[in-house]
Formats: sequence, structure tokens, C-alpha cells
Amino acid sequence: MKVVEAMRIALRALAANKLRSILTMLGIIIGVGAVIALMSIGRGVEKYVTDQFAGLGSNLLFVAPGQISDGPPTLRANPVKSLTLGDMQAIGDRSRVPHVSRVAADFQTRTTVERNGKSVTVQANATTPSYPNVRSWKTTLGAYFSELDAEERQRVVLLGADTYEELFPNGEYPIDQIVQVNGMNFRVIGVMESKGGGPGGNLDKSVFLPLTTAQDRLFKQKNPNGEYKVSVIYASIDEADNIPLAQEEIAQLMRERRGIKYLDQDDFSIISQNDLISVFGDILGALTIFLGAIAAISLLVGGIGIMNIMLVSVTERTREIGLRKAVGAKRADVLIQFLIEAMVLAAVGGIIGVTLGWGLARGVSTLFGEFQAVVGADAVIISLVVATAVGLFFGIFPAYRASRLNPIDALRYE
Amino acid sequence: MAVKNNGDNGSAPVVSLRAIKKIYQMGDVEVQALRGVDIDIYPGEMVAIMGPSGSGKSTLMNIIGCLDVPTEGWYEIDGKDVSRLKDDQLAAIRNHKIGFVFQSFNLLPRTTALANVELPLIYGGVGGRQRRKRAEEALRLVGLGDRLDHKPNELSGGQQQRVAIARALVNEPSLILADEPTGNLDTKTSIEIMELFQRLNHERGITIVFVTHNPETAEYCHRVVRVRDGLVESDITRQATAGIFANGSQAQSVNGHAAPLVQEQGI
Repeated sequence: MKVVEAMRIALRALAANKLRSILTMLGIIIGVGAVIALMSIGRGVEKYVTDQFAGLGSNLLFVAPGQISDGPPTLRANPVKSLTLGDMQAIGDRSRVPHVSRVAADFQTRTTVERNGKSVTVQANATTPSYPNVRSWKTTLGAYFSELDAEERQRVVLLGADTYEELFPNGEYPIDQIVQVNGMNFRVIGVMESKGGGPGGNLDKSVFLPLTTAQDRLFKQKNPNGEYKVSVIYASIDEADNIPLAQEEIAQLMRERRGIKYLDQDDFSIISQNDLISVFGDILGALTIFLGAIAAISLLVGGIGIMNIMLVSVTERTREIGLRKAVGAKRADVLIQFLIEAMVLAAVGGIIGVTLGWGLARGVSTLFGEFQAVVGADAVIISLVVATAVGLFFGIFPAYRASRLNPIDALRYE
Repeated sequence: MAVKNNGDNGSAPVVSLRAIKKIYQMGDVEVQALRGVDIDIYPGEMVAIMGPSGSGKSTLMNIIGCLDVPTEGWYEIDGKDVSRLKDDQLAAIRNHKIGFVFQSFNLLPRTTALANVELPLIYGGVGGRQRRKRAEEALRLVGLGDRLDHKPNELSGGQQQRVAIARALVNEPSLILADEPTGNLDTKTSIEIMELFQRLNHERGITIVFVTHNPETAEYCHRVVRVRDGLVESDITRQATAGIFANGSQAQSVNGHAAPLVQEQGI
């Protein structure tokens, strides 16, 4: 019998029992829907985060105290020896690390910023003047502070995009306005371009001030030698190919400077964008395995549901099978008919699931707005193929049973 | 054992059963459903196979209908030996040589009359357009040319049985095998259906075998084969006593000599 005929018969049989068909498909619908929704959202997030990393600045290395595996600084059991401005200068010394083209340092802490009685708590980034350059970041208004500003320990500040909006809700011109950072008057000299959230917090909710001013007047975080402490050192590497080499050289330099003995572990980390992306990739990989498990379980459950309902269907339609055999259906004809019915059941469930997952992903991305869910053709095709294969697999036993029915008994079946 | 052939019909039999035995194994007990049956049915005959329950009548029907194979003996249909065929081969024989009509019609629900009639052609590998044409023809032949797209639940019992007859006819089989075809119909409809069979038999020369315990069905046939205890008890050829050939003026018996209908056995 032709496959087309079998499909027509299958669709008619499914349409005849709509509620039952839908309930049977539910396992497949949920499985496929969940996979499509989560995969689409996952891809959307991945793309978003990758874009964020790309926005960090190209060929950038981050040097931070402690090991990443120790967790975030606030969760560490033992205080870690901090980095200093001297470390940055050493890394920036081309005679020591020839592949570093530019360096910047950043001391990060929470602080309050006030204007006209309105107060916000933001992240203060006390940086070297080279900071925007190294991080490929521009201002929308004004300019970043200069070497001279830093040397003179000027009380100047730049606002992140969100901080600007909060402090200047009516969009007033901010340049040369006075705000209080940690209770001290600072003159606003610029507003940074919006960068969005990313690793290391939302930089739009920050203020930027000279490291020298901050450490001499505001936070006074210095090490026993009077060197300014910094949270992160950024190093721009001249060529992407040289990043591993530069990482090696910086590590060597830092071990020397921090007096780490042979065989002792580094108490600092040098992280490249690739490292961050691969950490994120690991998280995504775990998520994918988790998703796969959900999908596998619901497809298994869905498949068992299909098998169950197909067995019921074969029993219910014993007479029909008997008749088909009486008028000339061969075993293979009956087998194919019921296999196709199971596959159609699963495939229709898969299509509904894809539609549902798609809608869900679209809904979520509309809700959050920051990323766009990406429904990949590969995900759709794989889901449908897997769903259909599940239908095929779990349809084999009922279909085999149908094909083996004896027409005499089947015709007599009440 | 009396085997009466259709004397004046010189052609080869459609159905030729020789020493057919069917033995079922019920646990440790062997049940001989058929104990050596010889029957020849010739083209154009309209035969009633009668017998009480347990007579082996149903077993005989299953074997004639190629739904089952005999344990012993030979069965030829249109000269082809089918007594030792496998399931799928039997299915092909059923498809090409036999049209079934059942007591309970056995139409596919939620399926139009046309689609029901097309069913044997689908398994016979007939293409879509040809299939539709032939199914329409068969439905017109049974007087349902205006009910092509009706579904079984939109048809009366008599109409449903007509659809079933059209389905049996559509493959132009050598033989129509009807199992209690009027069992689910009222008297008036039963007469219509039996007369339809008679007309198909007479006008188109279609060979029809009824399996029944209903004496009224047998009255429409010119030949009655009685089965009892797995053997042919009697095989009588005479003039049909009911239907379109019932009164003398119309008598045009196929075999040329009439025989009185033998008294029915209680069932």
C-alpha cells in the first residue's frame, strides 16, 4: 500500500479521536517544546554574552588577584594579596613583557553618589587614564580624564549611562555639574557610552574617577609600601596570536613580583576573553546536557504514551484490521499503516511542540528585551526527526501485533 | 459422498475442494472440524452452504475464502492450488479472487462509501483515478450511485450492505462469499439484498456462495449444500424458490432442473 494512503488513514484515525490524540502527544509536545524554547533562549543568551565579551575590548588579558576557581573575592576564605599600581606598571614595561601594548588598572568598590538629595549606590571604578582606551570604550559626552587630571588628583568623575539617567532624570546637561561621591564633591566631566550588563556587573551603573584621586582622597586603599591597590589590571596584547605567550610572560613577572616560590601555586589569575567564553561554554554545555536529559525523559514518556495508545487502537480496530486483511492487506501493509500512524502522532506532536517552544522563546525574549531568542533550523529539524523516530520505535510493537492478527479471529472480534 | 456438479455447465469449476480436512488442536484434544469435504462450484452458480452451528460450516467458509488453509486435502480456486499457501500469498488470492460480504457489513467507520469500496483496489495496487472510476461503477451497480460520499453512519442497514456488496464486486473476483448477509437486516431489506444478489448472479454471471443457517437465504439459491459433522450431508441442485425467479413464468433456472427444498434442520 502506498505511504500516502497510510498517512491519510493515520490522519483520519487521529482526527477521529482528537482529545485522545492530543493527550497522547502531550509527552512529545512538552519534550520538544521545552527543548526548542530552552535551546532558542540559550542561543539568544549565548549570542548576547558573546557580543558582551567582544565589547570588552579585543586581545585583552585580565589580571586579578586569587584563582578563579576560588570563587568570587567576597566568598574567599583567606584574603588574597592584592594587586598594585606597580604591578600594572611592570606589566606595561615592554622590556619585561614585549607583547603588551597598553595597560590599565581599575579599583572597584561600592559607593554612593548624590545629587540634589538624590542618592544612588553604584560601583566606583577608580582607573588609570588609559582605561577607556584599553577597553575600547567611548564617552557620549565630555572626555575621559587625562594624565594631568590624574597627576593633579582632580576631583572629576564620569558617569555610566544608567547612573547619568538616575541622577539627571530630566536629561540635564551634566558637564561641570557637581555630584557627591562618598560625600565629597566631584565635578562631572563626561558620560560613558552604554555597554549593557556583562561579566563583572553592569558597567552602566557605575562612576569612573581617577585612581590617584580615589586612593588619596576617597577610599585610601594602599598596601603597606604606600602603593595604590587595584582590583584588575587590563593588558592589551599586540596580536591575538601572542596572547598565550603574553599570558606566560605576565605570569612569570607576577610570580617574581609576588615572591611565589617554585612549585607554589599562583595567587593571581590571568584571564583572556577566550577563557571567559570557555567558562561560559562549560556552563552552557552543562545546561545542554540538562536539557537533553529533560528532552530524553519526556520523549521516553511520550513514546510510552504512544505505544500505549497504539495498543489500545489496535485492539479497538481489530475488526478493521481483520477486514483489511480479508480484502487483501498483507502483513506489511498493516504493519506500515500502524507504524505510520504512530509516526504521524509523534510528528504532529513534534510540530505542535516546536510551535509552542517557538512562541515561548519569543515571549521570553520580548519580556526581557535584552536578547533575541534564536530558533535554529537545526534544532527544529533535529526535534522533529527525533520525535518521529520515537514514534517509529514505540510504534513497532503495536504495529507488529496488528500485522500478526489472524483475519478470522479479527473479523469475529466484538 | 454426493458431489453434484452443475450438469449443463461445461467450464472448469471456480472452486474445487477435494478431501478437505481441518483438524484443530484444542489442548490435548483433536477436533476434526472438516472430515473430508468434496465440493465443486462452477462459474455462475449461486450456492447456499447450510448447516447448524458446529457443523464445520464456518471452517469450510474460511477455507473457501482463503482465510485459512486445510490440514489435509486440496483446494483449487480458478485452477490454482491454494491449499498450502502462506499468509501473504493467501492475502493476494483473497484480493484478486474473492469478494467478502459479512453479516455485520464491516465497513470502515468515518469513511465514505466510495473509499470503503476502493479498499480492495488499494491493496490490489490500482492507481487513484482508475480506483475511483471502478468504485463508482460498483456502487452504481448496487444502486448507490447517488450515495458515493455518504459515510456508513449516514446510510441505512440495507444501504450499508449494498456498499459492502459493491466492495466485494469491485475487484471483479471469481467468487463472492457472503456470510449471513441478511442476518442484521429486517425482512423487507433482506429480500431486497437477496434479489440484488440474484440479479448480479443472473445478469453478470457472478458466482456467489452463501454461508448461512437461514433457510430463507437458501431459497434464493439454485443449489444447497448441507454440512453436518464436518461432512457434506446433501448437495441438491434445484430451482430457486424465492426472489426474482420464484414464480413459474419467470423460471429460468441455470441448471435446467428444479428440486424441492429439503426440510430444514432445526438450529
